[in-house]
Amino acid sequence: MELTLWTYEGPPHVGAMRIASSMKDIHYVLHAPQGDTYADLLFTMIERRGQRPPVTYTTFQARDLGGDTAELVKKNIKEAVERFKPKTLLVGESCTAELIQDQPGALAKGMGFDMPIVNLELPAYSKKENWGASETFYQLTRTLLKEKVSSSDKINPLRWRELGRRPKVNILGPSLLGFRCRDDVIEIQRILSEQGIDTNVVAPLGASPDDIKRLVDAEINICLYQEIAEASCEWLKRNFGMEYTNTIPIGIKNTIQFINEVHEKLDLPLTNKEELENKSKLPWYSKSVDSNYLTGKRVFIFGDGTHAIAAAKIANEELGFEVVGLGTYSREMARQIRATAKDLNVEALITNNYLEVEDAMKKAAPELVLGTQMERHSAKRLGIPCSVISTPMHVQDVPARYSPQMGWEGANVIFDDWVHPLMMGLEEHLIDMFKHDFEFVDGHQSHLGHTATNTNNILNSDEKKEKNRKEGIIWTESGRAELTKVPFFVRGKVKTNTEKYAISRGIPEISDETLYDAKAYFS
Amino acid sequence: MSKVEFNKETGPREVFCGLTSIVWLHRRMPDAFFLVVGSRTCAHLIQSAAGVMIFAEPRFGTAILEEKDLAGLADAHEELDRVVNDLIARRPEIKTLFLVGSCPSEVIKLDLATVAEKLNKRFLGQVRFVNYSGSGIETTFTQGEDGALKALIPLMESSNEEKLLLVGTLANNVEDRFKKIFRNLGISNIESFPPRQSTKLPKIGKNTIVLLTQPYLSDTVRDLKHRGCEIISAPFPLGIEGSTKWFLAAAKAFKISELKVHEIISPLINRAKLALDSHKEILKGKRLFLLPESQLEISLARFLHNECEMDLIEVGTPYLNKDLMKEEINLLPDNTKIVEGQHVEKQLDRVRESNPDLVVCGMGLANPLEAEGISTKWSIEMVFSPIHGIDQAADLAGLFSKPLKRNQILTSKTLVTH
Repeated sequence: MELTLWTYEGPPHVGAMRIASSMKDIHYVLHAPQGDTYADLLFTMIERRGQRPPVTYTTFQARDLGGDTAELVKKNIKEAVERFKPKTLLVGESCTAELIQDQPGALAKGMGFDMPIVNLELPAYSKKENWGASETFYQLTRTLLKEKVSSSDKINPLRWRELGRRPKVNILGPSLLGFRCRDDVIEIQRILSEQGIDTNVVAPLGASPDDIKRLVDAEINICLYQEIAEASCEWLKRNFGMEYTNTIPIGIKNTIQFINEVHEKLDLPLTNKEELENKSKLPWYSKSVDSNYLTGKRVFIFGDGTHAIAAAKIANEELGFEVVGLGTYSREMARQIRATAKDLNVEALITNNYLEVEDAMKKAAPELVLGTQMERHSAKRLGIPCSVISTPMHVQDVPARYSPQMGWEGANVIFDDWVHPLMMGLEEHLIDMFKHDFEFVDGHQSHLGHTATNTNNILNSDEKKEKNRKEGIIWTESGRAELTKVPFFVRGKVKTNTEKYAISRGIPEISDETLYDAKAYFS
Repeated sequence: MSKVEFNKETGPREVFCGLTSIVWLHRRMPDAFFLVVGSRTCAHLIQSAAGVMIFAEPRFGTAILEEKDLAGLADAHEELDRVVNDLIARRPEIKTLFLVGSCPSEVIKLDLATVAEKLNKRFLGQVRFVNYSGSGIETTFTQGEDGALKALIPLMESSNEEKLLLVGTLANNVEDRFKKIFRNLGISNIESFPPRQSTKLPKIGKNTIVLLTQPYLSDTVRDLKHRGCEIISAPFPLGIEGSTKWFLAAAKAFKISELKVHEIISPLINRAKLALDSHKEILKGKRLFLLPESQLEISLARFLHNECEMDLIEVGTPYLNKDLMKEEINLLPDNTKIVEGQHVEKQLDRVRESNPDLVVCGMGLANPLEAEGISTKWSIEMVFSPIHGIDQAADLAGLFSKPLKRNQILTSKTLVTH
């Protein structure tokens, strides 16, 4: 049993709903009680969808449990098929139905329908939303393509030459309730098209079962979100020999690497790297003098695996930030997050508990947080600017404007979204220069309102006082005065470091000199 | 009783479960914590239905069952013990902890009553444990509050002191207004249930006169009767008419003359009628379809027809307690079609066929109907907004006139949704 106050991911059947709702001509009969219908609002309210998710809930009640819930399942399947006439039927159960073991998938298969039926077994007590989405997409792909497995030869990625046409790829993984998927798909298709590559199928977003059957018309697969599409890509590789890409094209370097990877797999001549770099404004904006102040900005990153890893790379290599924290709630991607964290010399945080994330954020004392909507709230409490980079989705994460994360335009969006919450370079220089003027008293630093970094707050919180009393540490007048001169955004960190230094040296009173000793020691 | 047409329907539903009521109950009692014993779905439901992100550590949570908890119930009890201990250590300010049953906990027959009893002994004098079920196999939406209140009744001490007890969660400002009006009428001893502090439960007994503020409290009413309370039969205080009759019924029970009531509330009524006029202008003659959700549908239909002159196409309700709703049903126009239960697909067919001007429905259905060109009002807003009483009648009407007014402003009817 796990105490959960808030969760980053929903249950696995919500993942299945994401796949069903993303597609056309599919219906999902979900053996579930009435309360589970709440999930519809994720699509109709957060995504502002004008259609209901294609889901029928069997709505069993306590009084049905003594009787024949299996009959209820069959009745709902029959009605749903007659009414919606899907080309493929998904059948599954939510957490409660899993306990009563009616096996709705098997029931559906025994009802004599012509259409393919996908029996979804998504263990609700051990798995979560992204896993459910991945498994559903995989089972669907497998069901619709299994007939073609034995008959087909392995797909040669170079066959487009013999066929006398442009190479074709599938874009796999984008779904509803995925972060900026709608716009990423447009951006990636545009990039591929510029490189002379056609898109065969985008799935699940906007695809029909017929499109899934056509996946094998492409040469390779683009795995755009590993959380959703890796299992399917792997199956297509194993059974049809279709190669798939591993690079997620978020950020300039990754987008270039992604293009290279696609070209290598298709044996296309490469475009000049410099020409590619100039497709986005990010490299120049990052290089321009105003961005000097971005150097070494401390950034804390938490999100789904795909976006957190990409964010760490952009922060570190393209914007010159210092990554001081990296984590994910995607346990399936823990290994990759750990590897990235190791490269950056930080400890990876793998958790579904937002309070743990907030604690880690506090300890890392970042100047910018890149996280989910929950980290935005935590950062707000701590007075730290934040930009949202990942699901879970909020209505604000579905902007009206074109706003991808991937590709060239994605890099532009990222530069703006990450840098605007910070003070601009010139603004920061001015504050630094004039910080001793009366206009710049503590707590009056730009529009961000850094309440948490007020010197008196830092020195006088009960928690801090108590800790210092235990350690026998006192801040002298000169020490306090010097601390107020430290820029507010690193003041907390300087104070902690100085105290750490004083304790390790057995220095009971911290004066201005101790502060400089500590500064020299840590630098 | 007016000639109302009653229908029953079963099938797939589009209604929240009783856990949803935690969203307003925990705000009403800031010293209480609601611990759902359930699945990740339960946790996700509450955070999604609340529609907001959590700005501080919330006073509700879910003890999420995992595979090993399903294997042996003994272990599940121990695990729950551990979770509760952690929670109380973390939140020492909590005075009442509600253990809330869910669909999975009911199906595996997790005995929360016994768990609560044990915990009550262990934390005697520190925290009180109460259990009820908010499961969707037994309760819909607002019925969760019924369960929570019923569970508190055994903790209420007995007293034969004469008092008026307002039962059902109200917005604090509305509660204050009601109390002031009752005091002006000459009723001095007024208490509310649930109270603002979970530990300050009203004492009840044979001189407790209960006036319901919400129509979804069947079980609570039954148990209050068992404790000797007298239940006033009245319509619910929504709109001017409902509120007036509600005040009159209370006054009658306290032997206060009708004249006195009219004297006190007449100025309020005149003021409210004036405020209501601009909304009535918009709502008059418009055709209304209410889908079942909050259990307030019958009272809303009565208000919107009698006071706002809307035409009623169909009044859905998740379930119907004819006894409790007697006074309301009497006020409905003849031939009102009430449908208890739901087959959401068939009901939506009827919505489309009847071409309504406004549909009251849940959040899952609102945008899809809007996309078809049908104006909607989400029913969940009724349980979060202060809508009770004479002073709020215009605000209540405003919830329905706003979408129509907006529709007049935004004239483009053929929108492409994305």
